[in-house]
Amino acid sequence: MSVTVMAGQRTAHNVARRRLSRGALYVFLTVLALIFLWPLLYAAYTSLRPYGEVVANPNGFFSTPATLNLNNYFFVWNGGNYPQFYLNTALITIPAVILTLWISSMVAFTISRFNWGFNMLVLMIFTAGNLLPPQVIIVPLYRLYNLIPVPAPLSDNGLMYDQIIGLILIHTTFQTGFCSFVLSNYMKTLSKELVEAAMIDGAGVFTIYARVIMPLVRPALAALGTLLFVWIYNDFFWSVMLFKSGDKRPITAALNNLQGTFFTDPTVVAAGSLMAAIPTIVLYLILQRYFISGLTLGSAKG
Amino acid sequence: MSELEPQAFAPAPATAGAGAPASAKRRRRHYSLLNRRDKLLLATMVGVPLAIFLVIIWGMTFVSVVLSFTNWDGVNPIAFIGVDNYVQLFTTYQFFWPAVFHNVLWLLFFVAFATPMGILLAVLLDRPLRGSGVYQSIFFTPVVLSLAVVGFIWELQYNALDGFINSAMVGMGWMSPNGTIDFLGDPSINIYAVLVAASWRHIGYIMVLYLAGLKSVDPSLREAAAIDGANERQTFMHVVFPVMAPINVVIIVVTVIESLRAFDIAYIINHGKNGLELLSILITNNALSEAGLIGFGSAIAVVLLVISLVPIVIYLTRVMRSEDQ
Repeated sequence: MSVTVMAGQRTAHNVARRRLSRGALYVFLTVLALIFLWPLLYAAYTSLRPYGEVVANPNGFFSTPATLNLNNYFFVWNGGNYPQFYLNTALITIPAVILTLWISSMVAFTISRFNWGFNMLVLMIFTAGNLLPPQVIIVPLYRLYNLIPVPAPLSDNGLMYDQIIGLILIHTTFQTGFCSFVLSNYMKTLSKELVEAAMIDGAGVFTIYARVIMPLVRPALAALGTLLFVWIYNDFFWSVMLFKSGDKRPITAALNNLQGTFFTDPTVVAAGSLMAAIPTIVLYLILQRYFISGLTLGSAKG
Repeated sequence: MSELEPQAFAPAPATAGAGAPASAKRRRRHYSLLNRRDKLLLATMVGVPLAIFLVIIWGMTFVSVVLSFTNWDGVNPIAFIGVDNYVQLFTTYQFFWPAVFHNVLWLLFFVAFATPMGILLAVLLDRPLRGSGVYQSIFFTPVVLSLAVVGFIWELQYNALDGFINSAMVGMGWMSPNGTIDFLGDPSINIYAVLVAASWRHIGYIMVLYLAGLKSVDPSLREAAAIDGANERQTFMHVVFPVMAPINVVIIVVTVIESLRAFDIAYIINHGKNGLELLSILITNNALSEAGLIGFGSAIAVVLLVISLVPIVIYLTRVMRSEDQ
């Protein structure tokens, strides 16, 4: 009797406690979410303010605006040469993503479907290389890029250095390491009988790759493609190191031009940074599911 | 390995090494299924990418090691000078130990704060919670930003003259206009300011990786723990966390590798000088600058390589183990 009463009291007590802790949880998460959003929101707000007005205000940036406009964006778009930088980024990112997916799907197909005896070694070479900090290889790579002759349509200075083709090469190489690993894990989950049946039907290796396996890995390709696009788009290190400063650079590296050239105007820096960020944010909002499954594909089975 | 069909494929002539005699019989049995052209095609599909990868990634790594024993400046002939670069690095070079310290600090900050914070958020948002998806999206947004953008966005907060934090403190009357804090210029604090910005991005990354792991935990384990009377914290500590061992290794490896790769934000703020020295930036500052200290810069690269091999080997060992199962 008394046991049930106590149990009843405890349940009521627990419900109250749980409700309280749930409320605390919401408060905690909401405060944290606002802190997370703050730097972006503040950048957006700053980007809309005329610098002259901010300077004239005794409180500087800690003030409410009299005017908000898009002038900083127009300034960056026209004066900052942004259309050119977007184009450069597209010319690097899109071929690099397609090449990486194509090459790594072939590597993954071969090492997941056929036993060579050194599949594991190949996979380790790729995976370990992908995990290296890029700074480990930058010094010889920089020299190499200044040595390799590249013919005219691909390069306008006869070299790999300071060329879009050079960036495509290093991105594709580096990311092939990661994608081969992820795709081969993915392909291993497909049924073996599919390939056997196709072979017995007399299909060649290429037919099996193109007609049997590739359609089945489409979800993984979509996820990896989204992820690769964002990663390569966001690259800063290779672009800064393997390009001379100038109009050939992709947009992330060109952000460096916004500061210091004349004096640093924070409203322009804010507009320029957000413009560089907008494509990936939009892509993320539309393809969030793919992006996240791309990230987790790599670690899920691992 | 399965004895089934396509797995027993013999290496094509182009890449054939010493064939194992023991498997010769098995190989012959399936030989007819792959003709010569197929084998050549397969060899190309894996051989060409592998060759390019070996040259560009591992070949350049090897060249870095070789160059680290030279005094090359990019112009004059190369001379081997033994371990002189390393001796200089460890004894007289004034930026080396600060850089090591900053990289270690970066790692400790991530291990003690950013990574646990990501895990905490994952655990909190894994439960049925209204708006969980919205919170996840918000915490994850910084991950899709370029580190270059992250650097500039945080400069707007930190700037000594017109950054938001200082402007707000002065505006509220909590600080004199002459006494603003130079978050990015003061060498005793700027590394922490950078670490906050880097964590802003790292937390969401870890959260998503961990959430994926939590989703893969068999729900019946939790139910069993609940029936046995375990509370949420006990369930996580004693049931969920141990089951997540594979993901935990990934998280640790990601955290260590990110700490070693740290470059972009510090480079944007002041090219890794004056309190923001990092091993990665010392490499480029020495070897790819007017100083042209290629040999010396390569020695720093080798130090970074050796440290990086620790998490890489841990990761590979785990991959191999899960592959064997």
